Amino acid sequence: MRSSWFRPARRASAATLVSVMALAVLTACGTSSSADNDNDAAGGSSDPTAPLDPKAKVTLTIDCMPPAAKKAELKEWKEDVAAFNKKYPNVTIDGKSTPGQCEEPARFTAALKAKSQPDVFYTYFTDLQQVLDNDGAADISAYVTDKTVPALNDIDPNVLNVLKKDGKLYGLPTSNYTMGLLINRKLFTQAGLDPNKPPTTWEDVRTAAKAIAGLGKGIAGYGDYSAQNTGGWHFTATMYGLGGDVISADGTKAGFNSDLGKQIVQNLHDMRWTDNSMGQTQLLKWGDLQKQMATDKLGMFLAAPDDITYMVQQLGADYANFGMGPIPGGKATLFGGNDYMIKKGSSPDKIKAAIAWLNFKTLSVGKGQFEYARSKADGLPVGLPQPAFFIGASKTKDDQLKTESATMPVENFRAFMDNPIPGKAEPPKAQEIYKVLDNVMSGVLTNKNADPAKLLSTAETQVNQVLANQ
Amino acid sequence: MSAPSAPTLPTSTPAKSRSRRTVRRPAPDGRRPGRAGRALRRNLTAHGFLIGAVLCFGFFSWYPMVREVLLAFQKTEDGATTWAGWSNLNYVFHDPAFWQAWRNTLLFTALALLLGFAVPFVIALLLNELRHARGYLRLLVYLPVMLPPVASVLLFKNFYNPEYGLFNRIFEVLHLPQQQWLQSTSTSMLSVVIAATWMNMGGATLIYLAALQGIPGELYEAAELDGAGLLRKIWHVTIPQTRLILSLMLLMQIIATMQVFTEPFLLTGGAGPEGSTTTVVYLIYQYAFNFGNYGSAAALGLVLLVLLAVFSAGYVRLSRATDE
Repeated sequence: MRSSWFRPARRASAATLVSVMALAVLTACGTSSSADNDNDAAGGSSDPTAPLDPKAKVTLTIDCMPPAAKKAELKEWKEDVAAFNKKYPNVTIDGKSTPGQCEEPARFTAALKAKSQPDVFYTYFTDLQQVLDNDGAADISAYVTDKTVPALNDIDPNVLNVLKKDGKLYGLPTSNYTMGLLINRKLFTQAGLDPNKPPTTWEDVRTAAKAIAGLGKGIAGYGDYSAQNTGGWHFTATMYGLGGDVISADGTKAGFNSDLGKQIVQNLHDMRWTDNSMGQTQLLKWGDLQKQMATDKLGMFLAAPDDITYMVQQLGADYANFGMGPIPGGKATLFGGNDYMIKKGSSPDKIKAAIAWLNFKTLSVGKGQFEYARSKADGLPVGLPQPAFFIGASKTKDDQLKTESATMPVENFRAFMDNPIPGKAEPPKAQEIYKVLDNVMSGVLTNKNADPAKLLSTAETQVNQVLANQ
Repeated sequence: MSAPSAPTLPTSTPAKSRSRRTVRRPAPDGRRPGRAGRALRRNLTAHGFLIGAVLCFGFFSWYPMVREVLLAFQKTEDGATTWAGWSNLNYVFHDPAFWQAWRNTLLFTALALLLGFAVPFVIALLLNELRHARGYLRLLVYLPVMLPPVASVLLFKNFYNPEYGLFNRIFEVLHLPQQQWLQSTSTSMLSVVIAATWMNMGGATLIYLAALQGIPGELYEAAELDGAGLLRKIWHVTIPQTRLILSLMLLMQIIATMQVFTEPFLLTGGAGPEGSTTTVVYLIYQYAFNFGNYGSAAALGLVLLVLLAVFSAGYVRLSRATDE
């Protein structure tokens, strides 16, 4: 449930090795293996609007089957395949599992280049342009209707729009996130703050951070990233929260070298150097702040709810110790997520079968990933505020089912849930822009004498360069 | 195999093969086989091995290089691969990060040569003078090379931590000012170089030690008789005697350090404070795997390749000189 900035961070060591090898591999494989054009169906209809012929024999390779280590998730996957096969006995689901994250950048980009991605492949919202550049995904606009995906009209249009290019649909969402302020409830209580009322403005964040850092013992009040593009990503999220943007309205120029931009940088500078409430260790990337917070060394940081899953499942923290509020400023919040796309060149039957599976597994209220009663029985977490890409009747129903089977104190996320903030997609050329903005974040967090105006104007020149090269 | 009449491979019996060549017996069909044909038949085994090696190198080394050069002049957009001419190179040269990456890489190279070149040589000199426990100390010096780089990097990351790191604790005891190490633009690259030197110097030390041990003892004795002290011995005997190895190592280190990636990537997340540890290879990584911009990655790789080829040419010339 995380977008591309996370990817290098968590598997840094592997990525180092892979990068060198993959460069060679991707160059070597660049011309080989063409798209899989097999028509493994007999009697199928090529009319996209016709339903999948139950007699059509189709085999689908699909990314992101849970690995053996995730016993409960894998069990549910198998159950879902069995249930799906009751209706479509001739569709064979060939799940591919990967340890760790479902998408790692080096592997993903190399596979895309070599056209060796599975029939139904897992991507982040930010990947669409890269996939299209490599001619990787089928246009599924004609296949996705309210007949094949009954909840279609209840999927947040903002989410679906991210998966469209020039009016054509290339993917179906499986989950999404919006950012908010994640807090450590224990530290809030210890510092005499109310954990049920997370700060909603940056002034409040600064005050609360000071109070928490005052606890001593190396505890930081607020933390932020400044490496591997995650710094720029958070700068962008902060900007969105305050109603700004990192690029100009027409998307051709940098838009962050403004009073608002300076104010953000100055505020971080003051928290880091005047208040000393951000800890001394900087150049942090995805995964670092989670470790600090899971061990009660950090009070707050900007995050998505799935960070909590990571802290509980990977770092042994306790759900009850965390809470969330809306992103400070509350004007808009950065959103992202992931989805499945279907490999270009797949036969119409393959596309239909894939959509039928995705509809069943990831887009049906009360079924597949939304079968909360089963998740609870299997010991999986229920009650986190996201994914939440449904609106309307589907959302109401989903919320109700979720609450009925919640396995964690849902009221801890009340402040976040009750203050929904309009989501805003990431800028074009997001990773390039984030990389440049990393320098602004690392500059202000590691240099006491940093000049916000100079940091921003240098970054502005660089981002203008990036956008001019579109 | 060679012709049945030949008892051994011709290469090992040059006299015989020369005599056979003078016989010039006609082939059964009346035509004499060409010179190349005969040479090929005589060396069939050798050529068999050669083909294997050529295929392996061709597939795993040369083909990717050719592809890289091609990629550098191609652009992939909306599914179509087109010739892009110089536009990838143009993009790379106009990326503000390009010059910064080169400045950083050259700074790394310079610092790495100062430290990574001098320190192992001095250690080798010291080891060479030892009378006792030499083997034991040699092992200790080589030990860091056997550690996986990631483990070493994690170790140094902790040493450099401004809050609880070993180095700042030592500075505290010595009443020296606390440093930000990796987290300040003024010390980040030096900190990376110190870690890299520690991780890699074992190999260089062993090579220097081998070179030092190859110097005839009489030279030192003669120098001592002439009244030379330690420094003069080093200057007038050791350095001239090891000059070729030293120059070779210098070139190899330049080539290696220009390609540095692992240490800055793992120690500082690649970019470091305000991009102060972004190296050229890290920039290539960024282009390819964070931006999906293979063309620019390949173009920058090409620039690096050309530059390193110049150094490599120098290296080859030097190693020829060593052989002679």
